[in-house]
Amino acid sequence: MERKTKIIAEDGKQEIIITREFDLPVDLLFKAYEEPELVEQWMGTKVLKLENKQHGGWQFETSDAQGKVVFRANGVIHEFVPGQKFTRTFQMENTPFDAQLEFFRFEAVTDNTSKLTMHIVYKTVALRDQMVQMGFGPGINMAHNRLQHAAEKLK
Amino acid sequence: MELRRDVFQAIADPTRRAIITLVALHAMTPGAIAEKFDSSRQTISKHIQILTECELLEQKQTGREIYYHINAKKMKEVADFIEPFRKMWDDRFDKLEAVMKKYKPNK
Repeated sequence: MERKTKIIAEDGKQEIIITREFDLPVDLLFKAYEEPELVEQWMGTKVLKLENKQHGGWQFETSDAQGKVVFRANGVIHEFVPGQKFTRTFQMENTPFDAQLEFFRFEAVTDNTSKLTMHIVYKTVALRDQMVQMGFGPGINMAHNRLQHAAEKLK
Repeated sequence: MELRRDVFQAIADPTRRAIITLVALHAMTPGAIAEKFDSSRQTISKHIQILTECELLEQKQTGREIYYHINAKKMKEVADFIEPFRKMWDDRFDKLEAVMKKYKPNK
């Protein structure tokens, strides 16, 4: 299988660069991050707040099949340029992990394809390594939850 | 945890990745490895030492020469270690792409 998503994690640096090319025009790719209802669909999370502007805030929450909140993350939007880029902080609530700074850049490759570059900066090299080792980010809980939800429906 | 971080840092260096790629093809003596690089023999030697300490490379004595081999078991462990993180993002982005392909703007 082709490896579409690339991860760059250099020696001794407290950052990760994640890149991915999409079979989507850049405007649609950006919209997937901009519109709360779309974010909810592909991230499998509930969007409590998403203020796409400088000094805006955001907060996402995921619940398990019983409605218990299993994950909540929030941050501040530092910069927001529609269709091009945004910068935000990200922190998981009720965890010992410090906030991370995330730079998102959206570029058109052709009229119908685009590229996303996520540049994440962690507080320390150790924290970065830990996040990678745990396969972390909000994804694990969310993916797990989605699976569980799908499984519930099958019963 | 400590050991895994060392391995992770070992493979993050471009020269060390190049050495792994070379040795993965066939076992090589330190001299033969060093010849492939512009860096000094001491520098390459240091890289080989780090890779050996992390158990990514193994030494085997053949006659008077020492040959370096790849430790396949360890390499698999390392690949497995960053792979779940990459896979997690790949799955999420696949989902994003699928959602947006179905998306019809109603404006």
